[in-house]
Amino acid sequence: MLTKRIIPCLDVRDGRVVKGKNFTSIRDVESPVELARYYNESGADELVFYDITASYEGRALFKDILEEVAQEIFIPLTVGGGINTVDDFDRVLKSGADKVSVNSGAIRDKSLITAAAKKYGDQCVVLSMDVKRVDGAFRVFAKGGREDTGMDALEWARYGATHGAGEIVLNSIDTDGVKGGFDIEMLTAVTDIVNIPVIASGGAGKAEDFAELFRKIPKVDAGLAASIFHFREVEIKELKKLLKAEGVEVRIC
Amino acid sequence: MIAIIDYGVGNLFSLTASLRYLGIEAEVTASAERVRKADKLILPGVGAFADARAKLDATLLTPVIREEVFSGKPLLGICLGMQMLFDVSYEYGVHSGLGFVPGEVRSLTKDLDDIGVSLKVPEMGWNSLKILRNDPILKDNSDGDYVYYVHSYYVPEAEHTLASSAYGVSVSGVVREGKVYGTQFHPEKSGSAGLKILRAFDELK
Repeated sequence: MLTKRIIPCLDVRDGRVVKGKNFTSIRDVESPVELARYYNESGADELVFYDITASYEGRALFKDILEEVAQEIFIPLTVGGGINTVDDFDRVLKSGADKVSVNSGAIRDKSLITAAAKKYGDQCVVLSMDVKRVDGAFRVFAKGGREDTGMDALEWARYGATHGAGEIVLNSIDTDGVKGGFDIEMLTAVTDIVNIPVIASGGAGKAEDFAELFRKIPKVDAGLAASIFHFREVEIKELKKLLKAEGVEVRIC
Repeated sequence: MIAIIDYGVGNLFSLTASLRYLGIEAEVTASAERVRKADKLILPGVGAFADARAKLDATLLTPVIREEVFSGKPLLGICLGMQMLFDVSYEYGVHSGLGFVPGEVRSLTKDLDDIGVSLKVPEMGWNSLKILRNDPILKDNSDGDYVYYVHSYYVPEAEHTLASSAYGVSVSGVVREGKVYGTQFHPEKSGSAGLKILRAFDELK
């Protein structure tokens, strides 16, 4: 059987990994290459690199970092941030990405999902969604969680899954950075309606939160987190031991 | 030198990087001369079978690969490259493969439906390998090693299967016929378990 995946996410700005709370108050952590090496050693199943730089210099630095990581770390790498066109897919795939995550770019132009899937295959296209409750409904937010698009999250997930996305990363803005556990309600709603892998994001504060995630939503495929891994509050090796003891199938290496 | 056959299918960054990391000399090439000169061949591949087969044939390398394989040069097919080693694939129609390994490539969706198992397709993620036969290519691997799969079609476990993974059905993970090898998973994305397989392939006599 497939294992449940544990995925650290590295937000990279100007060549450094940063971590914010509720999408604001960003602070500097450390070198993405060093961190990637550490995660590779400790048993991460995949890595996600999010490019949150806007400047040209920042983008060039990101490319260098990605290439450096991809030359020595042989687990799947997903890259997101600033992906607006098929050319952007090409750009990061050539630097060593295996999958590419789209968010605001796909909201602006839905056809990007299908166009990229036709060119690179569904397995390459990850639809990343930032979702927040508004008036009792799950609403899709764009631009790093700052802009309410008015789109219904469940409809958007279903659209993505049937138009070429191979995976969905569902990030709950409501639980992001709060460390009170994953958004079980929101994740259940999405995993119930799509038949592609769903990666849970937002809210993990301790190892038990992952155990709860996989226990309560057997259909969820992976748990993603950033700061708790970056600050070594949760060690992936220890986390996997705990999950295994709880009967969750994980890759021990 | 290992020649990685370049026919415009898939991303070769990780594969070349992993061989370089292992200190194995390799080059990505579409040249018949380089393919003839190489000690070993790797046939990569991502995407759809028919399209990949057409692209491979368009390089005019197919007869060259055939000659080299028949003269005993080791070949490793990866993912779709492994599927192309077989006789036939049922991906969107019926397409003939290279016929180096007897067997057929089938739809995971259809076979899972037939046995009433509900699993996501593509199979995407880490699955454990069950080693069925000892072989030089698996000499450094252990039963239960996890490897990274991404695929919607598969080759059912049969006599040419060296190692398999369970995904509702028994999926051929590593296959062999003579000196032709294939892995359905991506060894270049499977951490140390995958690197061991690439190194063992390089060390084949």
